[in-house]
Amino acid sequence: MKKSFKDRLQAWDSGQFELGDALVRETDGRRPPEKEEDVSWAHVPVGRVSQVERRLFRVLYPVLAGLLALVMIAFLLFVVEQLPAFGDALSPANSSEVIKRYIASGLTETGAVNIVAGIILDYRAFDTLGESHVLFTAAIVVFILLLAETELPDKPSDRRILMDDLIFKKTAFFLSPFILLFGTYVILNGHLGPGGGFSGGALIGAGLILVSMAFGPRVSGRIVALKSYRRIVLVSLLFYSLAKGYSFFCGANGLHTIFRPGTPGRIFSAGLILPLNIAVGLVVACTMFGFYSLFTRESV
Amino acid sequence: MDIIEIFLLSLIVVCGIATCASRNLMVSLIIFMAYSVLMSIVWAFLKAPDLAVTEAAVGAGISGILLFITLKRIRDLREEHEAGTAEEKEAGPDEEEL
Repeated sequence: MKKSFKDRLQAWDSGQFELGDALVRETDGRRPPEKEEDVSWAHVPVGRVSQVERRLFRVLYPVLAGLLALVMIAFLLFVVEQLPAFGDALSPANSSEVIKRYIASGLTETGAVNIVAGIILDYRAFDTLGESHVLFTAAIVVFILLLAETELPDKPSDRRILMDDLIFKKTAFFLSPFILLFGTYVILNGHLGPGGGFSGGALIGAGLILVSMAFGPRVSGRIVALKSYRRIVLVSLLFYSLAKGYSFFCGANGLHTIFRPGTPGRIFSAGLILPLNIAVGLVVACTMFGFYSLFTRESV
Repeated sequence: MDIIEIFLLSLIVVCGIATCASRNLMVSLIIFMAYSVLMSIVWAFLKAPDLAVTEAAVGAGISGILLFITLKRIRDLREEHEAGTAEEKEAGPDEEEL
């Protein structure tokens, strides 16, 4: 009955049986009997031991966790003590030549009044590109995980209760335009004042979530749908990569570039920073809203 | 100004501890959102208004909403699972009789 490994390998190779069939064949077509549950330990009084252990765990766990937290707090406070004083002229943050260069010639080189925007979208635009791609990758993974799931049965959800709430609806009706407007303002003024693509995009995403919560996905679907999500994000990222690649190429080789700093203080100034802010803002807003609408399993 | 900052910072510490200490996940979520709001005010005091806006939108708004939805879905799944096991238990004896 028992064949050598070589015989079985040849039989499998010639297609006589699949690997999964091997067990079935060898027991004359019957599946091997499932192991009966081992009940020999059932009479052993385990309750008392485990209760002692559980009590020990209940005492020890908070004590150890508290100790760990105290050690961490002490360590962090120690490190904070070692930090240079705020505004210390000799600290590395204030005395390194990179920072001096940014502060001295940031405005003339990038044209951005908001020096933070000048740094993150001009000097270090490559970092921001990577961040946008991290967001994009996260969104894609969430989409893969959630779209693979079968449709959940339709239930009378809390949403319907929320949608019948008059106060919430009216508040959202009055608030959401201002939230969306403020988000747009923050994005468009990223090079002139505090803000930029990430914060403005988060604001717009929050406003869209509010609209979707109050009036249902049909209304918010008019603004963003899944298809347009893909298009918007891909076009934004492509535009970002191409524009920044072009500007890196020209800047690094000292070539003439069409993107000039312009007059600082104008909306249309600071070269590439405004369009890049818009691209980043679109990616962030769409990602936030896409997460929400996928998690609530309504039509995206 | 100092008094306000100290008050806010101590409230942040209280919120952080309460988030860990509360047993109900929903309650700790709400405290976590309060923590984010306080943090955004502190950012504004530290003259970082862009961070304040982002913290308010992301920390208090979006991450809170996403966690709420996650909690709700976990609860739905658990209810479904319990309903499913109950059905199995009801169906179990019939099969044995057959």
